Amino acid sequence: MSLTQQHKKLERNVTLLGVGAFVAVAIGGIVEIAPLFWIENTIEKVDGMRPYTPLEQAGRDIYIREGCYTCHSQMIRPFRDEVERYGHYSLAAESMYDHPFQWGSKRTGPDLARVGGRYSDEWHVQHLKNPQSVVPQSVMPSYSFLAETTLKAGDPAATLRALQRVGVPYSEKDIEQAPADMLAQADPEKDAGDLLQRYPKSQIRDFDGNPSRLSEMDALVAYLQMLGTLVDVNSAAAQEALAEEKGR
Amino acid sequence: MEAALGRAGLWFLILFLAILAIIGAKDAAFAAHATIIALAAFVMIWVTAARYDPLARAQGMFHMPTDPSRYDDDPVRWGVIATMFWGMVGMLAGVFIALQLAYPALNFEPYLNFGRVRPLHTSAVIFAFGGNALIATSFYVVQRTCRARLAFPSLARFVFWGYQLFIVLAASGYLLGVTQSREYAEPEWYVDIWLTIVWVSYGAVFIGTIIRRHEPHIYVANWFYLAFIITVAMLHLVNNLAMPVSLLGSRSYSAFAGVQDALTQWWYGHNAVGFFLTAGFLAMMYYFVPKQAERPIYSYRLSIIHFWSLIFLYIWAGPHHLHYTALPDWAQTLGMVFSVMLWMPSWGGMINGLMTLNGAWDKVRTDPIIRMMVMALAFYGMSTFEGPVLSIKAVNSLSHYTDWTIGHVHSGALGWNGLITFACVYYLVPRLWKRERMFSLRMINWHFWLATIGIVFYAASMWVAGITQGLMWREYGPDGYLVNSFVDTVAALHPMFIMRAFGGGLYLLGGAIMTYNIWMTLKGRIREEAPMSQPEYDPVKDRPIIATPAQVPAE
Repeated sequence: MSLTQQHKKLERNVTLLGVGAFVAVAIGGIVEIAPLFWIENTIEKVDGMRPYTPLEQAGRDIYIREGCYTCHSQMIRPFRDEVERYGHYSLAAESMYDHPFQWGSKRTGPDLARVGGRYSDEWHVQHLKNPQSVVPQSVMPSYSFLAETTLKAGDPAATLRALQRVGVPYSEKDIEQAPADMLAQADPEKDAGDLLQRYPKSQIRDFDGNPSRLSEMDALVAYLQMLGTLVDVNSAAAQEALAEEKGR
Repeated sequence: MEAALGRAGLWFLILFLAILAIIGAKDAAFAAHATIIALAAFVMIWVTAARYDPLARAQGMFHMPTDPSRYDDDPVRWGVIATMFWGMVGMLAGVFIALQLAYPALNFEPYLNFGRVRPLHTSAVIFAFGGNALIATSFYVVQRTCRARLAFPSLARFVFWGYQLFIVLAASGYLLGVTQSREYAEPEWYVDIWLTIVWVSYGAVFIGTIIRRHEPHIYVANWFYLAFIITVAMLHLVNNLAMPVSLLGSRSYSAFAGVQDALTQWWYGHNAVGFFLTAGFLAMMYYFVPKQAERPIYSYRLSIIHFWSLIFLYIWAGPHHLHYTALPDWAQTLGMVFSVMLWMPSWGGMINGLMTLNGAWDKVRTDPIIRMMVMALAFYGMSTFEGPVLSIKAVNSLSHYTDWTIGHVHSGALGWNGLITFACVYYLVPRLWKRERMFSLRMINWHFWLATIGIVFYAASMWVAGITQGLMWREYGPDGYLVNSFVDTVAALHPMFIMRAFGGGLYLLGGAIMTYNIWMTLKGRIREEAPMSQPEYDPVKDRPIIATPAQVPAE
């Protein structure tokens, strides 16, 4: 029986045709995506990764809200020019707590995976308020409203709870303390408690230069200033992990 | 009367729930969306109570024929209107953001900043313009090819209006900052749930109509529509798995993180292209090209091979969006190999469409609608060749993150999806509104040339911009240092961004001419104009070669 004869069975029966089409389209996704969840070396273990602090997470929510990913990537590829321009190439582990990922697909502006610590807070605030005042040829929009908007992150504990439900290892104490942690990270006058123990390398200071209020600018700058700072890629442990990673 | 009361009661219940949602909303955007729903419910109560028939009135506004037609064409007519409306909105947004990239002063914070308008543009053209075109044409085609009226007529109307609500919620959400940041899947969890309900209803109407068919065979166009509906449902469900922060708030967090999240998203993203913008539009090609050319499809056997190989291979190609990232190499390579293989079924489909014109190629000269279809297939062929090239890792290392990708997408979107949709709408409007022909064929011709030249400007400027930027990023001087700062590469693209906006402007102008042409057709006007093609006739030359037979002497 020729192919066209056999196919006549399918095209006379919508159930067969529908099931056949579904099987055809399901295979590729199953073969490519499912193994990422159980092949162990998909994400190599590195020291230093921790979940975002409530303030950083609030900044990340603003980053997503404003669609920063439409112009900025957070994924440095392993090329000489990219590594020299942006720093060590990105490791899979560095986005293991990113719900959702922010690798991006377009660089109308530069990569931000390791922008943390590269510029001062003052530079970021000035640049976000009026990008052309610091980089005259920039085509970035202005975000001065962030400095004038009080941070209304909803309920930071609920945010952390939702993230915990999708697998981010926040402790019950982290969730309980979330509102206090958020205020304390942007105000050096406040007692941060054990924030630094629970979130190592978190930066505690007033980010937007206006101590009188916790603004969206505080949160966004706090997020930008921590990007790429958690993992010491040059430490021996990281180098070892990288060597293993090359074999994957 | 009782039915009207029942309807009013239902709307009142929705209004009540929406008000509760406004009161309890955790953020302003969710409150705004609940307000939109509340307003819609309020309007519906009012119109129901007044026993006022808004649909008939709106149908009158668009001069829709009221006499019963053989097929259920009312949702198709609404679909055509919505396609045109959202098409113009989406393209206008596109020209606007193109100008923002050339002139950043055009950003009006916070609502009209690039980052918020860009998803509005992509969703408006893909899901609002393309989606309405797909729903409308699929309802038209499935009825004709099955020789049956739509199954579940009320559900079909729910699909149309429910889909418009999805679009309004998605679009207003972007401007208010409601986004999941998943490209082409930006709407948040509650809008996703709504779309799921609408989509399942769409599948029920489509498959129900196929089951009620009076033809033994299911026509090839319907295979593609069916695969498109099933696959989009699968992609939508898996890619939007998320945990809401609160049931009364717009924010949610993706179920997956990092690597897994990235591949899930690009498995979705690439197949939004593969099934929404390719399989569905190929279905349009398989019906409307043979109809307009008045020739049967070139090869039945090629259709079978085309269909199964295309849907099987497309789904694998997602990882080519993640070359050289932290995605494992095996997945990248698999994605690249399948992307290159995908070239063959894509061109198989293009050949099947183009060769349908065998014996009717003269129509390219005389029929501007056929010309548009041929150009659409040519751009389909071009962009499905460019795609595999860009998916090769060595090429991708240069092209990724640059405007080359943007140019590639637009030669497919403007060239293939745009032109084939315009051609189908030009085919549909006179038939749906029972008019002799379109108001003006010459305007279709103008539209064709404006669109084509617009795409050429767009694609060419983005090729130059993408390759320029890719090369400038990796340029080293003799001293062994990088030559260009990042902002040098931004400045270098300025002229290309202006040219791109110009090309997009031409394309939009073509759309405006189309809108006018359609509006006049709806009103029943016919433009008096010279026909597109008129064989030359010179009466003086119309004579035998021997001048005067009388001069020949009689024997």
